[in-house]
Amino acid sequence: MACNSSGCESGGCYDREKENGSKIVEDAVVGVCVKCKCNEPKTFGDGGSDDGKFCAECFRNNVFGKFRLAVTSHAMITPSDNVLVAFSGGSSSRVALQFVHELQIKALKNYEASRDRSLPVFGVGVAFVDETAAFPALSMETIDAIDWIRSTVSNFSPPAKDLHVVPIESVFGSDSLDPRDRLVKLLDSVPDDTGKEDLLLHLKMLSLQKVAFENGYNRLVVGSCTSRIASHVLTATVKGRGYSLSADIQHVDARWNVPIVLPLRDCVRQEITRLCLLDGLKTVELACRSQSGINDLVSSFVALLQEENPSRECTIVRTAAKLTPFYFNKIPETDDSNVPMATQRRLKRFNLKYDGSMTTEAFCPICNGPKNRSDSSELDTFDESQESDALYAACCSSCRFQILPEDGSSLEQFGSFLPDHMISQVKHQKVHSQNDLREKIKDCLLLDDEEAV
Amino acid sequence: MEAKSKKAGGSRLCCLCNLRRPVLKRPKTLQQICRECFYEVFEEEIHQVIVQNRLFKSGERVAIGASGGKDSTVLAYVLSELNRRHNYGLDLFLLSIDEGITGYRDDSLETVKRNEVQYGLPLQIVSYKDLYGWTMDEIVKMIGLKNNCTFCGVFRRQALDRGAALLKVDKLVTGHNADDIAETVLLNILRGDIARLSRCTSITTGEDGPIPRCKPFKYTYEKEIVMYAYFKKLDYFSTECIYSPNAYRGFAREFIKDLERLRPRAILDIIKSGEDFRIATTTKMPEQGTCERCGYISSQKWCKACVLLEGLNRGLPKMGIGRPRGVNGDHRKETKKLASAAKSIESKQCGSLDF
Ligand SMILES: [Zn+2]
Ligand SMILES: [Zn+2]
Ligand SMILES: [Zn+2]
Ligand SMILES: [Zn+2]
Ligand SMILES: [Zn+2]
Repeated sequence: MACNSSGCESGGCYDREKENGSKIVEDAVVGVCVKCKCNEPKTFGDGGSDDGKFCAECFRNNVFGKFRLAVTSHAMITPSDNVLVAFSGGSSSRVALQFVHELQIKALKNYEASRDRSLPVFGVGVAFVDETAAFPALSMETIDAIDWIRSTVSNFSPPAKDLHVVPIESVFGSDSLDPRDRLVKLLDSVPDDTGKEDLLLHLKMLSLQKVAFENGYNRLVVGSCTSRIASHVLTATVKGRGYSLSADIQHVDARWNVPIVLPLRDCVRQEITRLCLLDGLKTVELACRSQSGINDLVSSFVALLQEENPSRECTIVRTAAKLTPFYFNKIPETDDSNVPMATQRRLKRFNLKYDGSMTTEAFCPICNGPKNRSDSSELDTFDESQESDALYAACCSSCRFQILPEDGSSLEQFGSFLPDHMISQVKHQKVHSQNDLREKIKDCLLLDDEEAV
Repeated sequence: MEAKSKKAGGSRLCCLCNLRRPVLKRPKTLQQICRECFYEVFEEEIHQVIVQNRLFKSGERVAIGASGGKDSTVLAYVLSELNRRHNYGLDLFLLSIDEGITGYRDDSLETVKRNEVQYGLPLQIVSYKDLYGWTMDEIVKMIGLKNNCTFCGVFRRQALDRGAALLKVDKLVTGHNADDIAETVLLNILRGDIARLSRCTSITTGEDGPIPRCKPFKYTYEKEIVMYAYFKKLDYFSTECIYSPNAYRGFAREFIKDLERLRPRAILDIIKSGEDFRIATTTKMPEQGTCERCGYISSQKWCKACVLLEGLNRGLPKMGIGRPRGVNGDHRKETKKLASAAKSIESKQCGSLDF
């Protein structure tokens, strides 16, 4: 059976070809690309089921096509946008950066070719979060990584891209006295290892949001691929975060100040890795801290499943995609006519179903996950004048368990270490709910402002 | 909860009663407690689940699916105890299915028969021969070992319902525990079955059908069930289904055990996630009709069991497994669904032959 397939490399075929006296290609690949039917297929030798079926060009077009479809069908990037790409140095965000760059080059060409020059070219910036404060042992590697990132970003062809190196402790704001120390104390007061890891991730997102907002970006591109999202689906499930899960895995997540978009959501890690190989894209992985918690256990579980069935990751993400998204899982509607008609039409075609009855009122101040009613109902039993109680009541049940310290006094201290942004969310939760309620009924309100109430 | 358990670590006394010496670490909470307190929290939690979810009404005739395995044995013991203690007013009895597997059922049925005497619960045995006209041994002889799990799953799933209908019960209770439900949640995510995902955490299912099924052990950890059986010296039978060569589900089971080791609460968290998933009501379940042949609930013209039986009786045992052929064959897609549905059922039942 294998002998009929174009990419067969087994010794049996090879020998037979030889005996037949037919011409042998250097790497023993026979046949042509199944897509274009003319180029020589590319063999990556990574054990993938489609390895050796497509030529390099068709493979690349396919991956880029998925990226572009995600971008256009969800209006992730429009001409007037200013886009910040979160770049960790890893392969996914490297590919995201590359693709966004290519999109920008195309937009530039179109701009220069068009007569009226009506569509501007969107801007691109790059952000790297420096986590040295949390991992002092990685300080040397991080310095090298930043040097490398700087040269990578400056080597892109114009338009030039700004690079923002963001120390993670910048979440505490510029007026914080010793932000590094505060970060260490904050992390140290989290008893659970997985909780600590997750808190750091939340802080990282917050610092990206901060730098994006302060520098006038209106989109944050995150390079999460299908494989990454599949792991997230399982970790969220295992942590009891089933309710908020559907908020995290959509193409667009606009619950933040600066909406997050995931253009590589439909590409698997193997494709990303191959693309890096093909394009000679260099990456840098900062030596991963030893993981021993839930997240790591899930990763190895997913790897095992993937071995058993190479399409498992996709199935997992497809399951989660059937969950009902939230009202904020789309680019907020603006009445700006900058969104081209074609995009508007496409958006209609991909129209996601929104169940109005399922919108939530409150978000967890730590993970920013929408809270289920069952989480909120427990709120009644606490005295909210007590600040630590208010924090406890405002958090989702998952953060309560794995991030908040257990006893009252350390909880109070923990609250004092948290970024002011998170704490202010606790205080303004009631105001937020009001706004969210308003959002739900706004089509029936006759006046635009609060005064009507 | 963890905080308490850590503090209890150094003390010499049970952290619940502060009177007796702790003899066990409670799997769900890691609290070190004495035997008496364990019995009490174990039983009380189940009682609370029954009360809060209004599982039963006084005067109902309730069949306990009894396989002789640990889950159903502990369930029978605890239910009859709670029924007495809290005056549920239930007419309880044990319902056992004899699949006709030589060597397997013989022993486990003996166990159930002993339970009948020990717990004072009447026992009714319904055999595959009664229900389907075939014993499991006969089926395996016909189809070989390879595809038997499709039969295992479909026949066993229906057997309890059919037996219950035969005996005119109001409700059927099964021993599915928290680990089973967590595993089902994961498996439904892994195989993309959103409809099953939406209802697999329901404590009662089939309320619209003739006989509702419920799971009083929904929040009860498997380890605690084993522990309860161990300390109470309950008589149960334990073996792997001799006709179950499947491996796939093993991953999920192993994963849950690893998780539990790392964070006992994870099992409950998975169930919570399963309850909280935002699933639009329209996607919940395909409309269910009844089988034209036997009247059992079915979304097809014929139910799965009838399709399989038709194949057996016509000497085409592969019918209904994988490739569509035969009566539902024109519904290509649906038949495929049948096969996958059968697979999803095999998940627990085939491993341990425990209801
Ligand atoms: Zn090609
Ligand atoms: Zn949270
Ligand atoms: Zn005690
Ligand atoms: Zn079986
Ligand atoms: Zn039927």
